[in-house]
Amino acid sequence: MIRHVILRVLSKLLIPLIMLFALYVQFHGDYGPGGGFQAGVIFGAAIILYALMFGLEAAKRVFPPRVLEFFVALGVLLYGGVGIDAILLGGNFLEYDVLAHDPVHGQHLGILLVELGVGITVASVMASLFFLFAGRGRSDV
Amino acid sequence: MIDIVHAVLFTFLAVIAIAIIRLRDLFAAVMLMGIFSLLSASLFTVMDAVDVAFTEAAVGAGVSTILMLATLSLTRSRESTRFARPQPMALLAVVLTGAALIFATFDMPRYGDPAAPIHHHVADDYIDRTDDEVGVPNLVTAVLASFRGYDTWGETTVIFTACVGVMMLLGGARTFYRWRRREDEDSEGEGKSL
Repeated sequence: MIRHVILRVLSKLLIPLIMLFALYVQFHGDYGPGGGFQAGVIFGAAIILYALMFGLEAAKRVFPPRVLEFFVALGVLLYGGVGIDAILLGGNFLEYDVLAHDPVHGQHLGILLVELGVGITVASVMASLFFLFAGRGRSDV
Repeated sequence: MIDIVHAVLFTFLAVIAIAIIRLRDLFAAVMLMGIFSLLSASLFTVMDAVDVAFTEAAVGAGVSTILMLATLSLTRSRESTRFARPQPMALLAVVLTGAALIFATFDMPRYGDPAAPIHHHVADDYIDRTDDEVGVPNLVTAVLASFRGYDTWGETTVIFTACVGVMMLLGGARTFYRWRRREDEDSEGEGKSL
């Protein structure tokens, strides 16, 4: 635990805003700059900031490494699942046109889900990598 | 005006790159690499590549700096200087490669040239079809997630595989728990035998 009061209070204020901004970048990626990858990195950065300010052990209680591991795979599965779903509905792999009654709606749905998969994987990969590097060479975590 | 901005940003990039090469203090080098990424992000913004700038600022200046610092905390923060003597052969190879690369740039189209081949391969097709077929205002998202969905799928699996690799090397959650359980069992066994 770090004793810098100003940094801790400021990061307490900032972390929810960073996470909210990550969600905005995630779901507004169709209309403005950004998308799953950027949103994932920003969300991962919020988790890393929490770990830097409140200690690795506290961060691991909030975001358990096992759950993060699960999410690393979940994002890739979601992306691949959209592709397989398109095959099952009679299209090609990742052909979003068949996902909804209307091709353009199908494209919207497909892009949303695929970007969500990228975001989930990237955010949990970034946090996992930091936990792995920062937890190395310590016996207490 | 925009040329002056380009010139200033590129000059700063070159100065920082030389400073990173010259530095022996790795902590300062990591910090300068963060600044290098931020300057690249500004350069991409000036070039109207906002999505790339966004990624560069978040990954290059943010997360990779933190990961580098986390790595530095595990090792010494000074570079070991094994090659103090100048290496003439290495210098020659680098100069020749650099000269060849610069020579090759003379054949490249001018920056921002609308007649450049890169703008007429598949780009026209994407621009024409995005509005009718995808209906997403951000063309970059349409290309990344829809037209080039296979590539993005590949990139996601690359990130996944990289994470799995690091977990195998540094010990993910499960290996760690298994290792701790084995330690506990070993110490209990020793207690009984005594």
